[in-house]
Amino acid sequence: MAKDKQHQLDIVTKPQFIDGSALKIPMLQILAEDGTIRKGAEQPEMDKELALKIFDTMQFIRILDERMIAAQRQGRISFYLSSLGEEAASIGSAAALSDDDMIMGQYREQGALAFRGFTVEQFMNQLFSNERDLGKGRQMPVHYGCAELNFMTIASPLATQIPQATGYAYGQKMDKSGNCTICYFGEGAASEGDFHAALNMAAVYKVPAIFFCRNNGYAISTPSQGEQYAGDGIAPRGVAYGMKTIRVDGNDLFAVYKATQLARQLAVEENEPVLIEGMSYRMAGHSTSDDPTGYRTREEEDAWRAKDPVVRFQKWLQNQAWISEDEAQKNYDEKKAAVLAALKSAETVPVPHIDEIIEDVYDTPPKHLKKQLEALKAHIRKYPEAYPKTASRIDGGDK
Amino acid sequence: MAKMNLLQAINNALDIAMAKSDKVYSFGEDTGAFGGVFRATSGLTEKYGRHRNFNTPLVEQGILGFANGLASQGSYAVAEIQFGDYIFPAFDQIVNESAKFRYRSGDEFNVGGLTIRTPYGGGIAGGHYHSQSPEAYFAHTPGLKIVMPRNPYMAKGLLLSAIFDKNPVLFMEPKRLYRASVGEVPEEEYTLELGKADVVKEGKDITVLAWGAQVEMAEKAAEMAAKDGIDCEVIDLVSILPWDVETVAESVRKTGRLVITQEAPITGGFASEVAATIQDECFLYLESPIARVCGLDTPYPLSHEKEYFVDHLKVYEAIKASMTY
Repeated sequence: MAKDKQHQLDIVTKPQFIDGSALKIPMLQILAEDGTIRKGAEQPEMDKELALKIFDTMQFIRILDERMIAAQRQGRISFYLSSLGEEAASIGSAAALSDDDMIMGQYREQGALAFRGFTVEQFMNQLFSNERDLGKGRQMPVHYGCAELNFMTIASPLATQIPQATGYAYGQKMDKSGNCTICYFGEGAASEGDFHAALNMAAVYKVPAIFFCRNNGYAISTPSQGEQYAGDGIAPRGVAYGMKTIRVDGNDLFAVYKATQLARQLAVEENEPVLIEGMSYRMAGHSTSDDPTGYRTREEEDAWRAKDPVVRFQKWLQNQAWISEDEAQKNYDEKKAAVLAALKSAETVPVPHIDEIIEDVYDTPPKHLKKQLEALKAHIRKYPEAYPKTASRIDGGDK
Repeated sequence: MAKMNLLQAINNALDIAMAKSDKVYSFGEDTGAFGGVFRATSGLTEKYGRHRNFNTPLVEQGILGFANGLASQGSYAVAEIQFGDYIFPAFDQIVNESAKFRYRSGDEFNVGGLTIRTPYGGGIAGGHYHSQSPEAYFAHTPGLKIVMPRNPYMAKGLLLSAIFDKNPVLFMEPKRLYRASVGEVPEEEYTLELGKADVVKEGKDITVLAWGAQVEMAEKAAEMAAKDGIDCEVIDLVSILPWDVETVAESVRKTGRLVITQEAPITGGFASEVAATIQDECFLYLESPIARVCGLDTPYPLSHEKEYFVDHLKVYEAIKASMTY
């Protein structure tokens, strides 16, 4: 075969189109749906302590999601996004990282944050936008962030964190920190221009970044296959950008854990960015503002319920005799009580003081913002009954 | 006449436009069979098929680039951006392409058939990524038309004008009023002139100017002021670009006073543009400085939304301050 030396290409003499289906990327599965290890698969090393911590986090997140959806229905919080059905993807990947690796999430990675040690009180403070919220009550519920736990604050605009992850990882590489950045997003967000820019730059600069796509089947009402993308999902895009890529069963804790462990090694030791596509399913609606019965069937949901990542991992734990059904139930009940207690307590905490409204726009509030604040406070003093959450504390000095 | 809310009026306008011309296409994230997250495009797929009302992948710059291409081909492209806050990835396509298509090509090509629909504004506990009013960014761009209706009747007539207007139109829908604003709307086709302000209430003492969802605040404030014996003239600007200088100037020449209210932050907002122009047009008639009642120069906060929001009380105070200047 002849060679095109400049581009190092093999030359053919007959027209030959490569079909998109020529590259069909397989899916790694280690833990079968019945909680046993798949024949031929190797179970990743995992001690009892870590396995139970993962399961504990899974249970906590499931309760948090269920309770907060209910709290939204009761009008106690304005909005919620659940990660129901995707717990293995976020928790399994976070468990394979070092605590000082950076996490950049989209908005369904509460599991990763909980695994890092974000407390139930901290979750509640954000959800209720009270004065203890680390984000000072400025964003909608579920937009968590915590510098201490290396979890970048969530932004609502989709995919903006993906090129940021490339940049953050470049800094880590230049600092020789020995760390990487993991960036989560859905398959819908992978349509955004930001995704393409991010992967291209990460591959070109060889940064220690792990791009974790939770392919959960739907972007609000739009099904992935056929309406979000044609072809074989997100994984082939990683290959196209010149990046190491793997597709895993996103409901399989071990597949996610193992793939992320290897990805981290590639990222940190060889500065190879990696794309992981976790195939999963968004069991609940997109958010509490959404009703999935309008665009998908009960049968479809039920088929996925059988693949439940939490049940699957619990079965494996029971097979190891590391937990019994009773212990799991007891743990669940304790967690539920803790969530309810934290919820009750957080909703009585006041909103941030009105002075906070002009803080953090810049490092220090410029003159024009101070003037605007004074005018606002004068107005609130005049109509205290119209602004009940702030009026009573405006001159109280309890900031 | 039928009772419709603002969403139904928009849906009805889209329905009429799509029936009128098979070159009208409606698309955006979730706008297909599901009918959009607010249901503005409900029923259109059933009626006109999934090739005329459809879901797009989640990529705003792609939606607007696609829409520019489709409109340049001679179709009527009605593209929805799910929230005004998320229009910025499409900024380049709108500002550098939609707005300048005709000018840069010497009218060899144009995207006159383009309409961009997007919900804007706060007061819905949406935090800063679901509450912004980005009209001023686009008002700085020659070549676009920008329209912001205040109620269902206006929304239907203006949207029908926008779709068949020979220029690209940014149609910003006040989402706080989507279901809250209900009114009588003719079922048949009608159009309202773009670029024409609407005098909502005549008065002689002071002019209060607003657009979109803020008109409600202006009207409420005017009612409060009436109890103090202040007779407000309330004007809905309707179109931000081009805007009706004549109607506003004529009113200010009569009243000698002007209060402008907008939801967006004050600095660089469209209220500033109006103030500068009216000062130029009406300098010798002014009895008090032109007042702007606007959002603070901060991002839109969630927990302090009530305090941040430009409500009727703030507009009322500005009216009184102008009167007693």
